[in-house]
Amino acid sequence: MKKSVFLGALTVAGLAAGVAAAGTLEDVKARGKLRCGVTTGLVGFAAPDANGHWDGFDVGMCRAVAAAVLGDGEAVEFVPTTGKTRFTALASGEVDLLARNTTWTYSRDVDLKFEFVGTNYYDGQGFMVPKALGVSSAKELDGATVCIQTGTTTELNLADFFRANNISYEPVPIETNAEAQQQFLAGACDVYTTDASGLAATRATFENPGDFVVLPEIISKEPLAPLVRHGDSEWADVARWTLNALIAAEEYGITSANIDELAKGTNNPEINRVLGTEGNLGEMLGLSADWAYKAIKVNGNYGELFEKTIGSNTPIGLSRGLNAQWTDGGLLYSPPFR
Amino acid sequence: MSDISFVRTEMLPQQAPPATSVGVIGWMRANLFSGWLNSVLSVVSGAFILYVVWFLLSWTLSPTWAAASLNECREILAGHEGACWGVIRDRWVQLLFGFYPSELYWRPILTFVLLFVALAPVLFSEKVPAKLIYFSAAFPFIMPWMLWGGTIWGPLTAAAGFVIGYVVFKAVDRAVGSLAGIIAGVAASLVWWLLLAGPVSGTLGDVLNIGLTPVESRYFGGMMLSITIGVVAIACSLPIGIVLALGRRSDLLIVKSLCVGFIEFIRGVPLITLLFVASTLLNIFMPPGTNFDIIMRVIIMATLFASAYMAEVIRGGLAALPKGQYEGADSLGLDYWQSQRLVIMPQALKISIPGIVSTFIGLFKDTTLVSVIGLLDPLGLSNAIRADAAWNGVVWELYGFIAFLFFVFCFSMSRYSMYLERKLRTDHH
Repeated sequence: MKKSVFLGALTVAGLAAGVAAAGTLEDVKARGKLRCGVTTGLVGFAAPDANGHWDGFDVGMCRAVAAAVLGDGEAVEFVPTTGKTRFTALASGEVDLLARNTTWTYSRDVDLKFEFVGTNYYDGQGFMVPKALGVSSAKELDGATVCIQTGTTTELNLADFFRANNISYEPVPIETNAEAQQQFLAGACDVYTTDASGLAATRATFENPGDFVVLPEIISKEPLAPLVRHGDSEWADVARWTLNALIAAEEYGITSANIDELAKGTNNPEINRVLGTEGNLGEMLGLSADWAYKAIKVNGNYGELFEKTIGSNTPIGLSRGLNAQWTDGGLLYSPPFR
Repeated sequence: MSDISFVRTEMLPQQAPPATSVGVIGWMRANLFSGWLNSVLSVVSGAFILYVVWFLLSWTLSPTWAAASLNECREILAGHEGACWGVIRDRWVQLLFGFYPSELYWRPILTFVLLFVALAPVLFSEKVPAKLIYFSAAFPFIMPWMLWGGTIWGPLTAAAGFVIGYVVFKAVDRAVGSLAGIIAGVAASLVWWLLLAGPVSGTLGDVLNIGLTPVESRYFGGMMLSITIGVVAIACSLPIGIVLALGRRSDLLIVKSLCVGFIEFIRGVPLITLLFVASTLLNIFMPPGTNFDIIMRVIIMATLFASAYMAEVIRGGLAALPKGQYEGADSLGLDYWQSQRLVIMPQALKISIPGIVSTFIGLFKDTTLVSVIGLLDPLGLSNAIRADAAWNGVVWELYGFIAFLFFVFCFSMSRYSMYLERKLRTDHH
């Protein structure tokens, strides 16, 4: 790096060519750090604190993978990416894993050549209106002015929804979420629409959150998923099963409080296999036997991570909803550890 | 009938002017209330200014310095309008230094102070010892070493490249000729930098490991990132711009078309496009695993962008010089470089000062564009800070603080350019 500071302008790119493209897992182990792409800041999902320490729901995913591979949840280099730079950063190898509230779509998976490793948050687009408007359903929004972030899938979903219901609206294009908050509070638009998690986070910052309601309709599917590059299945497996381990841990009742106790061995063979006291699951993945133990140990299981970062006790106050375990009527369903 | 005529024999003592035409009253009568229309306008605008100042003051002077979150601010203010300064108290260090390790803050601070020491011989040449210019020459190698750390051999070998190039140039120049000398010198430097400097500095580092803790580019952020990009791009764009301007006015066809092509291409493309090229396209073109520092890429793009504009500003200065100056220099028997250095450039640059400083200021402010490619400059950080649940919803205070920081820098540059213009004024009006 230090050389590139002085010689960058002169260094011909080809000089560094020929670096053998080993598997990402080996690269990460050799580097001793996981490079994880996150957003430049989204409430609850990823944000640096005053000391530059990253925290949030997506960040928790990065730390879990780092702990599984390297045994240390702090061994992560966070690379802030914008909506425009995130895919190139992953494709070019600048990051090993992208955990950046990215919607899993067909074209991103197939055409952009990425591999989504499983949904870590089921989101959907919703509407927020002032209570004074007296609206209780999105279908009553005929003729409303709508604040909408340009260039996003939410813009297209909005058009589809209003056309399907044969009602009209007037879009107020805005660039960022911060701008949207100001415009909405100033009354420049009747409705603000974005992902339901974003609406909740925005509403929580208002001086009088009670004056605003989030309408019941969710008009799109936004499965947010971590992703890796196509064509490196070993690495994708590591990321996928780290996420599954967090989800399974909640299902089996493994928490950060009792994990040390459970890791001594239990009567439940599935728990034993997850925590590596039985079987050789870690070895199959190319990791140590206690990889899942370390991954869960960092932030706790999925439910603990959820409650700590975006759950009902945080300012964002999201309920589990679709993101509950399948046993509780949600969509979280980890394949068996066998 | 006596002849009475009166001739005053002594001067009357001077009387003070009437109270209504001097002092505050006089000034106000002359400037604010010189007619009924002006009086009305004065009263209206005065009331407006008072209203704005009153509003701003009551907003700014708000006792929220200690608040730890936006909600605490609201509790303190209890419904009144007011700023939430807690976010600045909590995050001002981050807005200045980004994620730079806090135990190493002395390095950017010292670099910043040394920057002014290095600039002094250039900016205030008559007030500081002339020897200080050697420090200015060394500063481009000290600065990256201080900021990024690493062994001291990196900057030293990089500097050695210039020495080698110069020595080769001198030797070949004497033996063959000046053009061959320049080519050989540049080639020797390039060979040194590309092939030898790395291994040599590596070996020296193994033998004698003197160095500072390395800090990676990803930890750069905030005002420090803006200043780093701005200062390097400003310092590099002026010389490159001069060369380009001379090239564009040159009679050599290839040199001229290269310069025109470069300038017109860069000026025809928005800076943000170049930044996207730096951050995404280069990544795709370069072989996987290449780690070409992102800040370095951005600095190069910003420098190229500013030099194209700089070239045109300086060409304007060159075009404004009367033809007689060129002919005068020729008639003295000066060769091309001598006449440029002694006659043309000092005058052309003086004419161009306002334009040059405008370009500098514009470039410095353009550094905030890097937030769109995910670098956390002050604007990017303001977004990241709002992503903290405690400060989500804070807008004016953050932008106001950032605007204040930028204003300080840009205003100082502007004042300096006015000082320089006064100092260099040679007409006798």
